[in-house]
Amino acid sequence: MIPLLRLDNLQVTYGRVVAVKNVTLEVNEGEAVCLVGPNGAGKSSTLLAVMGAVRSRGDVFLRGTSTRGLQPEALAHLGVAMVPEGRHLFDTMSVKDNLVLGTLARRRGRTPRIDERWVAELFPIIGEFASRRAGLLSGGQQQLVAIARALLSDPDLLLLDEPSLGLAPVAVDAVFEALERIRAVGVAILLVEQRAQRATDFCERGYVLSDGEIRLEVTEGTSEDPESLMAAYFGR
Amino acid sequence: MSWIGHLVNAVSLGVVYGLVAVSVGLVFGVLRQVNLAQGEVIALGAYSLWMTRDLPVVVRILVCIGVCVAMSLVIQVIIFRPLRGASALTTLIVTFGLSYALEGVWTIVFGTNGQPVSMLSSLNQVVVGGNVGLRWITLVEMGVGGIFFALLVLVLYGSKIGVMMRATAEDFRTARIVGVRIDRVVTLAFVFGGVSAAMVAILFTVQTPLVTPTLGFNLITLGLVGTVLGGIDRLGRATAGGFVVGFVNSMLGAIIPQELLVFLPMLTFMFVIVMLVVRPAGLFTPKGSNVERV
Repeated sequence: MIPLLRLDNLQVTYGRVVAVKNVTLEVNEGEAVCLVGPNGAGKSSTLLAVMGAVRSRGDVFLRGTSTRGLQPEALAHLGVAMVPEGRHLFDTMSVKDNLVLGTLARRRGRTPRIDERWVAELFPIIGEFASRRAGLLSGGQQQLVAIARALLSDPDLLLLDEPSLGLAPVAVDAVFEALERIRAVGVAILLVEQRAQRATDFCERGYVLSDGEIRLEVTEGTSEDPESLMAAYFGR
Repeated sequence: MSWIGHLVNAVSLGVVYGLVAVSVGLVFGVLRQVNLAQGEVIALGAYSLWMTRDLPVVVRILVCIGVCVAMSLVIQVIIFRPLRGASALTTLIVTFGLSYALEGVWTIVFGTNGQPVSMLSSLNQVVVGGNVGLRWITLVEMGVGGIFFALLVLVLYGSKIGVMMRATAEDFRTARIVGVRIDRVVTLAFVFGGVSAAMVAILFTVQTPLVTPTLGFNLITLGLVGTVLGGIDRLGRATAGGFVVGFVNSMLGAIIPQELLVFLPMLTFMFVIVMLVVRPAGLFTPKGSNVERV
C-alpha cells in the first residue's frame, strides 16, 4: 500500500545551520503518528518542509507523488493542513474570518467529510466567540480555533506542531479529546510534541527525533520500554 | 484668497496624496516591500492622457487606467516576483533605480519641458466664488477619493478576496499554509495599486496640467513620506498620513510668504521629521505598538 505521506532522507538547512539531517518516515491513510524529541531536534522544520514552507532536500511523497517544488498553498489544496507552532491565527481578524480562510483549500467536487457543521459540533464553544478578534482569545481558545481552521479544509493529513504548548492542563485535555475525534473520521495525523508520553499514548506509531535524525521508531510494542525511549530522546 | 479657500485647496491636495498612499500602501501591505517606481506608473498614466488628447474623455480615462494597471503588473512580474522574499531594502533600491531610469525615458520620449494635458479643464471653474474659491475639481476629487476608498474598504472587509488580502498582509506564510493563492492576491494588490495611480494621474493633471518627467518621483516622495507618517503597515493609517502630508504641504504653501516658497519642501519635511520623532510608529498608530522596521 502506498503511504499517504513518505519522507525520504529529508534535510533542512538554514544557512549553515543543519536543522534536519536525515528524516525518513511514513504516515498511512487515517493513521496517527507522532514525532517527539527535545527542543531544537528539527521537529518543526520537518513539518514546515512537508508543507513546502521551508526549502528542503530529499524527497517528500504525498500519495506516492513527489511534492518537490510545490508551494504551501498548493499542498493545502492537495489535502494537507497544518496547525503551526504558536497557532498563528490572524490576530487582527475575527474568529469567523479566520475560519473562512480555513475553507479556502477545500477540494472541489467532493462532499467534505469535515464541514462547518462538524467543526461546530466538535468545538461548540467557538460559536460563543466567533465575532471576537482572534488575538483577544486565551491560548486554549486560540488553539481550538487554529485546529478548527485547519480542519475546515477537510484535509486527509493534519500536521500539528506542539498543539499543547503553553496551555493549561484542562486545555491540553480538550485538544487531545478533539484529536481523538478527528482521527475517528479517518484524518491522518502527524503530531509533533515535546510531551513525549502524551503523544505516544495517543498515536499508533511514533518516531523519536534528536539532533535532526530519527533515533527510534516507536510502535505499540516498543512504547512499553521507557528506557530506550528516553535514551533516544536525549540522543544516546 | 481667504483661509477657507486655502483649506479647500489643502483638502484637494490631501486627497491626491491619500490616493498616492493607497497606491503604495496596497502593495506594501501584502508584500512588505515598497514600490518607489509607483510614481512612474502615475507619470506614464499622465503621459497617456496627453497622448490620447484627441480622443473623447471617457476613452482617455479608460486608456489611462489600462496603462497604469498594465505597467503596475509589468513591474510586479519583472521586479517583485523574482525578488519575493528579498529584503525590503533590496526592492527599495531596485525600484528607486527603475524610477530614475524611467524618468530618463520620459525625458527622451516626451521632452524636458513637459506636455500639457488639457482634460476636463472646465472642472477648474469656480462653484462658490468670492474668497472661498471652491472649484469643481475639489468636489470631484473628494467624491472620487471617497468613493474609491469606500469601495476598497468594502472589498477588503466584505469579500473573500479581501479576507485573503488582509490575511496575507498580516501573516504571509500562514496565509499560504491555509491555502491562500498568494500570486492572485499579490496580482490584485498591483491591479488596485495601478487603478489608484490612474486616479492620481487624472485628478492631478486636471489641477496641474503640465506633465514633466519628474512628476512621478515628486508625487511618490511626498506620498511615501505620508504613508510612513501615518503608519505604513495599515492601509487606512497610511492613507490618512498621505492626506495629512498633502494637506500640510498645501497649507504651508499658502501661509508662508511668496519669497520663502523655495523652502516649502524643507518646511514640509521638517514637519514630518518632528512628527516622526514624537511618534515613531506613525501619527495614527496607537502608542505602544511596534515600530515597523524597513
